[in-house]
Amino acid sequence: MSPQQAGNRQVLPANDISAVDRDLSGTVAPFEPDQKYAAKHPLDPLLRPGRIPHIWCTGCGLGVVLTAYLNGIKKAGLDLDNVSVVSGIGCTGRIAGYIQLDTFHTTHGRAIPFATGLKLAKPELKVSVISGDGDLFAIGGNHLIHAARRNVDMLVLCVNNFNYGMTGGQAAPTTPVNAKTQTSPYGCWEHPFNLPYVAAASGAVYVARWTVLHARRLMESIAEAVQHPGLSFIEVISQCPTNFDRANKGGEALDLMHFYQNKTTVRNGIDPKEADIGLYTPIVCGKFVDIQKETYDCCYGNMCTVAKGGKK
Amino acid sequence: MNASDTLTGEHFFNGNIASAEGAIAAGCRFFAGYPITPSTEIAERMSRRLPQMGGTFIQMEDELASMCAILGAAWGGAKSMTATSGPGFSLMMENIGLGVMTETPTVVVNVMRGGPSTGLPTLVAQADVMQARWGSHGSCDMIALAPSSPQEMFDFTVRAFNLSERFRIPVIVLSDEVVGHMTEKVVIPPAEKIEVVDRRKPSEPPGPNYLPYKAGEDLVPPMANAGEGYHMHVTGLTHDQRGYPVITAAAQVELVTRLCEKIRRNRDSIIKCTEVDIEGAEVVVVSYGISARTSWKAIRAAQRKGLKVGQLKLDTVWPFPEERIRKLAGSIKGFVVPELNMGQIVYEVERCAAGQCKTRLVPHPGGEIHDPAEILKAIREVSK
Amino acid sequence: MKYWREPLDKDKMEVPSGKIMIIDARCKGCRFCIEFCPRKVLEQSTTFNEKGYHPPVVARQQDCIACGFCELVCPDFAIFVEEKSSCKPEGMISGSRTTEVAAH
Repeated sequence: MSPQQAGNRQVLPANDISAVDRDLSGTVAPFEPDQKYAAKHPLDPLLRPGRIPHIWCTGCGLGVVLTAYLNGIKKAGLDLDNVSVVSGIGCTGRIAGYIQLDTFHTTHGRAIPFATGLKLAKPELKVSVISGDGDLFAIGGNHLIHAARRNVDMLVLCVNNFNYGMTGGQAAPTTPVNAKTQTSPYGCWEHPFNLPYVAAASGAVYVARWTVLHARRLMESIAEAVQHPGLSFIEVISQCPTNFDRANKGGEALDLMHFYQNKTTVRNGIDPKEADIGLYTPIVCGKFVDIQKETYDCCYGNMCTVAKGGKK
Repeated sequence: MNASDTLTGEHFFNGNIASAEGAIAAGCRFFAGYPITPSTEIAERMSRRLPQMGGTFIQMEDELASMCAILGAAWGGAKSMTATSGPGFSLMMENIGLGVMTETPTVVVNVMRGGPSTGLPTLVAQADVMQARWGSHGSCDMIALAPSSPQEMFDFTVRAFNLSERFRIPVIVLSDEVVGHMTEKVVIPPAEKIEVVDRRKPSEPPGPNYLPYKAGEDLVPPMANAGEGYHMHVTGLTHDQRGYPVITAAAQVELVTRLCEKIRRNRDSIIKCTEVDIEGAEVVVVSYGISARTSWKAIRAAQRKGLKVGQLKLDTVWPFPEERIRKLAGSIKGFVVPELNMGQIVYEVERCAAGQCKTRLVPHPGGEIHDPAEILKAIREVSK
Repeated sequence: MKYWREPLDKDKMEVPSGKIMIIDARCKGCRFCIEFCPRKVLEQSTTFNEKGYHPPVVARQQDCIACGFCELVCPDFAIFVEEKSSCKPEGMISGSRTTEVAAH
């Protein structure tokens, strides 16, 4: 089928992703840039060829987060060869597989220590950890609070969909009370985390929360955070139309986006303690913390000077 | 790497310190660890030495973080290492698997102690031998070295780094509490006399056709680091030569076969044993680590009584020297395997001997080294 | 454009204008772009793409102000805007200020 033009709508040939992915004879052909599309999306150079459309569900907010992240790092003017993305396991964890940079898809909960090692071994890298709420705050919770405590220079972008989406929608430490999930069929009975509060209390120097609807503000926040020295933490609230929001009758993805539109207030600078979230209760978002603190690298450098016999 | 960082000279070190110095001599400039008896001296030594030479030392919040941090550091271009003991080794298992799957060079020192569980934190055992091989889930071949002295702690740690860089796999140094804590003379040669192997880098410049997991004849792909423009994707999922996840049987067959074969095909250059008095021996004592030294006393006593006994000391425990055992089994009366556990390497010996001769285990659950009299008794029984 | 009060710099002000490019094959029919366009430029088509979704179609090209929100909010990299040379306000057909999205 050759491209036909109808006004601005271009009917394009099928993106036959199976053509690339099923060639497994060991002699996989090198990349085929997506020349099948007559139009090239401005972010295509930063996306791995042949991997779009991605695996995320219709209406999932992760595509928006990926768009915001790529636009954010472009806006920040970073040297892209020095940008590394580390992700964990889960729907959000798949994000590393789509980005055409040095990307690492590690084990569940361990993206942050991997990123710590990567950053400390090569300080000129700009390292971002992009992972989900379960990956970063359940199994990975310990690593997050220590990285924040140490103030290692990295961006931690946490996409919060209030459940473990990839495995079918089980309860997570962010699942609100009374929410129904696969492992809380009668309603969740546990108190959830307030993620910005945890991050700020652990020592993160830049803490913000946005929803997937706040795409432009998210992009700008990412551009800001990625240049902020120290551990920056951004929580992005996303719908999970296949699991969490279906189980809790939140509606379709578009309904959730309308919910974010109508029930979110932007309150920059408030104490993150006041930013609790309940089940479909109003959401407070904004940039909560923006401070300067000596980074791990700086402190370690001072200590090395002492070790070599010099003075701090 | 500065040649002056290597501590050339004659020293009186304990095994742990020797291992740390061996790492430094091999070019290790990144250490992430968690304190655990009896390996803590390695971390403490690194915390003192690495900042002096521009290296990075970080004490992580747990062993899982330590293992991940050293994998990340390796992708940042550093030679990295951690040191732990049994309980920490168990915690590291998942991410050792990540290291194997992503083909990340790094070194893990396990100074074995009494187990299971918390066990005897300050006392010796050798009960993690099978775990070093099979501890992580999934099929993979592993490399594990077993030093028996502080000098070997130095030498084998250097070798561990070289093997890890050559074969792009986490290499385990299976020490034990006695070897780690014993203090002996360690001779460190000048830096230029120490063989140091670095990972092979890609020969082509970065470009859209770069395949990070394409290997040549030796089955080991060259390794680019982050920040060099190669934009590789590294994942623990089964992947193809591009590094992209491919969740199919065909990809699994191709990838996992290569991961195992790259070790199996190169066994001859990896396996090292020290053989003493094997020629004409009727009984061979197969041992490793501190048990190799304990059994030496028993072997000498047996030889004085006229028995023909030799020793096969396993310098590399994994890959196991199957062919050597198989060949010896045909010409001797039996093997004696003293181990500070309830039987682990003895099963490999038995398997390879395939019934051609006797195999006698001298077990000890740990806490102290063997009484050489027990080993002597076993030697005499086998030689009847 | 109909104004409630004419801005003093109306003659000098230039409203950007955009050309919307849609990559049909990538669209997963979430309707975010359609719903959140501040100028209601897009509509859902009745045709199907290869995966069975209804991609958007540009209904009112002349109303597009190249804000780029469709490009930012699309989860699938299926729509983007190229900014054409901007035109004077008189060239625009009426649009109400109340349709601007509260989110940005």
